[in-house]
Amino acid sequence: MEDWDLVIEPRRRLLDLRLGELWRYRDLVMLFVRRDFVAAYKQTILGPLWYLIQPLLTTITFTVIFGNIAGLPTDGLPQFLFYMSGTVIWGYFADCLTKTSNTFVQNANLFGKVYFPRMAVPVSILISNLITFAIQFAFFLVFMGYFALRGAAVLPNIWILFFPVLILMMAGLGLGLGVLISAMTTKYRDLRFLVSFGVSLLMYATPVIYPVSSIPERFQVLIKLNPMTPIVETFRYGFLGAGSVNPLDLVYSFCFMLVVVALGSIVFNRVEATFMDTV
Amino acid sequence: MPPVISVESLSKSYRLGVIGSGTFTNDLKVWVARMRGKPNPLLKIGQEDHGNRVGEEIWALKDVTFQVEQGEVLGIIGRNGAGKSTLLKILSRVTAPTSGSVKVKGRIASLLEVGTGFHPELTGRENIYLNGAILGMTKAEVKHRFDEIVEFAEIAKFIDTPVKRYSSGMYVRLAFAVAAHLESEILLVDEVLAVGDAEFQKKCLGKMGDVASKEGRTVLFVSHNMGAVQQLCQKSILISEGRVLLAGDSDKVIKRYLSAENNDISNPIINTEFHKIRSGIGGAKIVKIEIRNQDNQLSSIIGIAERINVLMQVEFLHDFSGIVIGIEIWNQKGIHLLNLRSDSQSKFFGPVKHNEIVDFFISIPGLPFYPGEYIIEPWLCEKKGKRLDHLHNAVTISLQSRHNLKAEDFFQPGKGILLIDCDWAIR
Repeated sequence: MEDWDLVIEPRRRLLDLRLGELWRYRDLVMLFVRRDFVAAYKQTILGPLWYLIQPLLTTITFTVIFGNIAGLPTDGLPQFLFYMSGTVIWGYFADCLTKTSNTFVQNANLFGKVYFPRMAVPVSILISNLITFAIQFAFFLVFMGYFALRGAAVLPNIWILFFPVLILMMAGLGLGLGVLISAMTTKYRDLRFLVSFGVSLLMYATPVIYPVSSIPERFQVLIKLNPMTPIVETFRYGFLGAGSVNPLDLVYSFCFMLVVVALGSIVFNRVEATFMDTV
Repeated sequence: MPPVISVESLSKSYRLGVIGSGTFTNDLKVWVARMRGKPNPLLKIGQEDHGNRVGEEIWALKDVTFQVEQGEVLGIIGRNGAGKSTLLKILSRVTAPTSGSVKVKGRIASLLEVGTGFHPELTGRENIYLNGAILGMTKAEVKHRFDEIVEFAEIAKFIDTPVKRYSSGMYVRLAFAVAAHLESEILLVDEVLAVGDAEFQKKCLGKMGDVASKEGRTVLFVSHNMGAVQQLCQKSILISEGRVLLAGDSDKVIKRYLSAENNDISNPIINTEFHKIRSGIGGAKIVKIEIRNQDNQLSSIIGIAERINVLMQVEFLHDFSGIVIGIEIWNQKGIHLLNLRSDSQSKFFGPVKHNEIVDFFISIPGLPFYPGEYIIEPWLCEKKGKRLDHLHNAVTISLQSRHNLKAEDFFQPGKGILLIDCDWAIR
């Protein structure tokens, strides 16, 4: 008589994250990804071209303002490549974070009507952002090839193999922080405002528009506290051969990511059960 | 038959009013005050302190226990706010209970509101897959049922059109079709039948019956439509104020729902002392209402075109020289059907003295309306003056078909208001 398939109880155990259930809903995750893509650029003239226009315009702006007007150093790299590498890789993290942090508030209507593992939404966001990132990354490779042919000092090296790990780390950081914030926005709407400009501020605390080497020695510790710093630096070093890689910083970043993901999942899981009563 | 759903002393409490204070700074203020041993600064004077929250607690469900067997269609009925929807929300896991548990065998799919998760920019085809997945189906399962769904929804021609171009009827049909073809063992349905045209409603009801009898699935059906409940469910439970008042055969439960014991609204006698929704300038107070049928028995169930006898007991707080009494009758859609008033027949009462309690009797010669529920609101005013008291939503009566006047009350919603006794012939 005790072979029930499902038991609904007031509180879940802290670590009962129901990942198996999320796996059963993998079709839903993929359909969400599809929906985001199909719906995003309907009734637009340029359509998917926007995926390329965004990083391109940002890069040009940065090149003009930070490269030419402010004259920031770029570790000897062509300015355009330097800023583009930063923009493309930062874009993935920033998008993951801002979009996942809206999970509960934006889907309140849907979540209030029907049950599915709520984690399906942030996970689908990570995946659809990954596809966007892949497109923009390919675009970056095109420019990289172009500059290499023109004889710029572009030196890809063994750290390129670290690329998948970097993506994993960014996805983890974006997801962890995002769901943590989204769980807290169910109670405090203030955080939504904080996220949008917090992310743009954080960009300036990350070596996106300047190399770590341009920071005075005694402040480098501060900027390395930011877990995104080693990721951007390693990415740039692996593909372009400029800057530096410190394995210890990467390990710190990785651990930071693990902690954020664990914390985020637990809080999210907690809030998921009763968020409809508070939102 | 073994039970497939076992609900065991399920309770759910909500906090009335604001939960938390909404902004971080306010919560911080509360926290700082508590650290310093001071009372919550955000509470209004006289309000009790409940930790960091403002407001009081309400039990939407309290100790609800019942079981559902496989293949059963169980009706869940009760007044608005009785806890029906909360129960379905817990069963569908939209929210978690406060205590107690629910044990389930098989998959649960809910039809709490059709069309959930439809994306207007996507085509009908894409939305079928998306909606199916949201409701818990895999892609393969939707594919397997795809043709059936399209056929049921009658939208084959428009399947590759974005749903934002659909008419509302098509939209609802498609949404219901997806949900009705879910491959789940248990289906939760809440008031979906309020939408779509009569023809399609009939089809949905038929489909829900099939789901249970032919496919052996279990259905929990929440509705205010007694006709539909009677037709579909062998058994029902009646919920009132978060508790199960009665469980058993639908006929018996529905009768109880419509009858005196149900609750104060359908009770033919109401003591109005605690009745909240009243207006008027005061000076007199309606303290009791009684509804009797043509045989002068207390009942809120009245046959069409049968006489209704109303007693209205009024306590006067001042002296008045002349009093006019009246009754408003409204239907469930909020249409004001009648305003009966004594002065329209030059009937005035009084004079009355303060502290006097007077019983007024009104005999209404039968209401020629379609069967259904109607709301009676008594009022009184001073002769040529303002209303002294008016009880809103005072009593709900149920008009029933009689041998010479019948109407299928379920399949003809909104098709006219009056039903009168005519002669029909060929000459």
